[in-house]
Amino acid sequence: MLSTRVIPTLLLKGAGLVKTTKFRKPVYIGDPINAIKIFNTKEVDELIILDIAASSEGHPPAFDTINDIASECFMPLAYGGGIRSVEDIRSILKAGVEKVVLNHAALVTPNLVRQAADEFGSQAIIVSIDVKKTLFGKSQVFSASGAQVKEKDPVKWALQLQALGAGEIYLTSVGHEGTMTGYNLNLIEGICSAVSVPVIAAGGAGNIEHFVAAKKRGASALAAGAMFVFQGPHRAVLITYPSREEIDLI
Amino acid sequence: MMPITIIDYGTSNLGSMKNMLKKLGVPSRFATTADEVMEAEKLILPGVGAFDSGIRTLRSSGMVDALNQKVLKEQVPILGVCLGMQLMTNRSEEGIEAGLGWLDAHAIRFRSEDHPGMRVPHMGWNEARALKSSPLIEESPERFRFYFANSYHVVCTDPNDVLLETEYSGFHFASAFEKGHIKGAQFHPEKSHRFGMWFLNNFALKA
Repeated sequence: MLSTRVIPTLLLKGAGLVKTTKFRKPVYIGDPINAIKIFNTKEVDELIILDIAASSEGHPPAFDTINDIASECFMPLAYGGGIRSVEDIRSILKAGVEKVVLNHAALVTPNLVRQAADEFGSQAIIVSIDVKKTLFGKSQVFSASGAQVKEKDPVKWALQLQALGAGEIYLTSVGHEGTMTGYNLNLIEGICSAVSVPVIAAGGAGNIEHFVAAKKRGASALAAGAMFVFQGPHRAVLITYPSREEIDLI
Repeated sequence: MMPITIIDYGTSNLGSMKNMLKKLGVPSRFATTADEVMEAEKLILPGVGAFDSGIRTLRSSGMVDALNQKVLKEQVPILGVCLGMQLMTNRSEEGIEAGLGWLDAHAIRFRSEDHPGMRVPHMGWNEARALKSSPLIEESPERFRFYFANSYHVVCTDPNDVLLETEYSGFHFASAFEKGHIKGAQFHPEKSHRFGMWFLNNFALKA
């Protein structure tokens, strides 16, 4: 039986790792290589690393950092941030990264998703969708990098991305991100029931019960950030990961 | 220990494989030309992506004749990984090109329409069950799991060629095959932690 993946998401800003809350207030949490070595020894299912500054600041992927990270990873690794072209993707995959995560590029040039899937296979292409509630309570696709959002409806956008060849959807609820109060379950259910590709739920995980709830709504994989890097009410930095027994119960 | 030659035809997961073999202390080198293939004593054929683009790139690398010589005449042990496994078969539903035809088998897409709840690609960690004994899976852990990322899977014409079988949404498919020195793994041993290390170590030392 295919087990449900539990995936730490690490946010890169410059040379360091940070953790945000609702996409804001980045708090420095340490050196990426050190964190990855710890996750390696914990035999994590998969790791997602997102450079949250690259697209908004307009700089390319940090290829040297990616190389350093990939040579330490003996688990599947996905990388996102600053990717603009098939050549960017080729360089990242060549370094030993399994998948790329497109967000800004998919909004700006949706056809890149198709080109990338044709060239590298859908299994290598994750597209990330950030969803935010409007003042009127409606869920809309959001761009943290300031790209123009042409398709605002998250379900329609997910279906478009699937048709373009996206192999997975990485779905984040901005309002839940970093809060550790649980995922946006209705959003997860809405997307999972519409698409046939795996959906990675992100934003809000704080405990195993949150994982169980998201899986019930259809998520194929469960991403968490704060839950795996913070400990205790004062959010002391400590890298943790559930045991295999705990994951098997999800 | 025999060094392992990794066929480098421009596919993308070479870095991971090299990193993993290095971690295991297994000497490895890349082959990009027919001459380098001819020096090989043990081979890994990696691969990710689409079938046709994979086989076309491999053919245009000029290494196929040398590989045929090594695999079919000299019977050098070879392990195909992921798309590399599928390229070793006759053909795939994914494309129109002929495969290498080293093993009587072909690749087909997961029939998600026939299996409720089956999402494609088959992505993540899944267990595998041995259907026969092999040096590749000697000293196995009680249960073992590997990392998969595939939309297509191999169907062997001779069921005796299937080495490992994996269940997905109630459907069973060949997650590894072995016919003598010709071996293939649908999963990524280079990204499967200690289970992948065990499997690749067996290929390096015992195959």
